[in-house]
Amino acid sequence: MRDRAELVIIGGGVLGLSLAYHLARMGLGDIVVIEQGYLCFGASGRNGGGVRQQWSTEDHIRLARRSVAIYRRLAAETGFNIWFRQGGYLFLSRDAVAAATLERNVKLQNSLGLRTRLLSPAQARRLVDGLDTSGVELCAYNPDDGVLFPWPVVWGLARVATSLGVEINTFCRATAIDVQGGRIVKVVTDRGAVATSRVVNAAGGWSSQVARLAGVELPNRPYRHEILVSEPLKPFLEPMVCDLADGTYFSQTMRGEICGGLSDPLEHSSLNTSSSLRFLSRMSASLLRLLPRLGGVKILRQWAGYYDETPDGNPVLGRTAGVEGFIQLNGFGGHGFMLAPAVGQIMAEWLLRRVREPLVERYGLERFSSGQLQRETLVIG
Amino acid sequence: MGKVIVCRCEDVTLEDLRQAFAAGHRDLESLKRFTGLSTGFCQGKCCAAHAGRFLAELRGGDDMVCDPTRTRPLLHPTPAACFAAIASGEAPDQEDA
Ligand SMILES: Cc1cc2nc3c(=O)[nH]c(=O)nc-3n(C[C@H](O)[C@H](O)[C@H](O)COP(=O)(O)OP(=O)(O)OC[C@H]3O[C@@H](n4cnc5c(N)ncnc54)[C@H](O)[C@@H]3O)c2cc1C
Repeated sequence: MRDRAELVIIGGGVLGLSLAYHLARMGLGDIVVIEQGYLCFGASGRNGGGVRQQWSTEDHIRLARRSVAIYRRLAAETGFNIWFRQGGYLFLSRDAVAAATLERNVKLQNSLGLRTRLLSPAQARRLVDGLDTSGVELCAYNPDDGVLFPWPVVWGLARVATSLGVEINTFCRATAIDVQGGRIVKVVTDRGAVATSRVVNAAGGWSSQVARLAGVELPNRPYRHEILVSEPLKPFLEPMVCDLADGTYFSQTMRGEICGGLSDPLEHSSLNTSSSLRFLSRMSASLLRLLPRLGGVKILRQWAGYYDETPDGNPVLGRTAGVEGFIQLNGFGGHGFMLAPAVGQIMAEWLLRRVREPLVERYGLERFSSGQLQRETLVIG
Repeated sequence: MGKVIVCRCEDVTLEDLRQAFAAGHRDLESLKRFTGLSTGFCQGKCCAAHAGRFLAELRGGDDMVCDPTRTRPLLHPTPAACFAAIASGEAPDQEDA
């Protein structure tokens, strides 16, 4: 392992790697990435691959749209087929309040150039063969949203970054961050130390733990989120379907599997990735309520990962007051994969050019003490 | 020698594993994710042990012990209806499923 670097990134998930990828392509390759497991060990190897632009805040809409543009060319840029399929996202609402939210969001999304439109339950049934829309009030559909396969994204970013000089150390854990006189001087790992003046905390569900290595408290908390896949089926399901009532979502992967999860109001913050029968049964019931004809389809596998949650559902980005050189890139909840390309690019520009970046300022850690929160309301799963 | 298939569900060959190893994937979890090995219908029951042995050979020397991949439910692919019935409190009906 190198013993010094311009920048150390703790966390080899999609956020850390997207940052490394963009920085390296802009000319800063003197980066060491530290990952405690194998690549794909964290949430970036455990997620559903959903990429949607249907959001309720302008920031998220713009970031997601920019990410979609990057994902569309990422296979060519990295030489890895990421299996990005733009089959759309279909949101279902079941009461007047949720329907009003969809209406408001669609207006905002249209004003920013997205092709989202409202659909009646009957129109939704034409889109998804066999969809049971009883109790559904109103739907929203965007044909440009989609799903991808997360693993090759991670491999692709890692391979290009490595070829441009980034050193990625797997099975290597950051155990201490040495801060002297309010400045970062080095990162200590279980495989040696790296002298550096800048450290990025891209540790996902472990972000609060890693921040504590530098004596910093983050409001982020990890929550287990479970997910499952079925046996592969012939392609029949175009869009990702999301039910706002209970946060159920499912899509068909390019391998043919039905892949999905749902919210669990009883889940409390923990570092636990065990699988539960509770999830398996609730998810199966919810899936069959929406697509009754899947009753005989076999479930193959279930697993879990972390949502790194913040109090307002927005990420934590940028500088850390009191610790010069400590940069946050975490708090992406259940939607980090779809924002990672754009956020990585913006953070790379911010770090290299040292210009003011409104987005990074808006999502700084200070907002939690100053009370200026901008809440994202369209969070699912 | 012709094509040797290690993972029949996902069509992963010995050569695929060799290439993944050469690309730096030296543990079974990474090999699984890089090649798709063990992610099909049998969930690794048919291939994981063979792949583990092959990986140990490739590693050679003192590095021959390799951990299996983390075991994940389900033990056997099972119809969604069986589990939906648990959530609704109804007895699972094997015949329907
Ligand atoms: C089941 C599930 C489904 C999801 N579905 C979607 C979806 O459809 N669309 C979407 O956009 N998002 C989804 N998400 C969220 C998405 O996966 C995450 O937001 C995203 O992957 C976060 O990336 P990350 O790089 O911040 O974190 P991670 O991928 O978790 O990476 C952080 C890494 O830091 C490493 N690390 C931690 N501590 C240390 C240390 N001390 N030293 C060294 N390394 C360390 C960890 O091992 C980990 O690999 C889902 C998440 C889950 C769990």
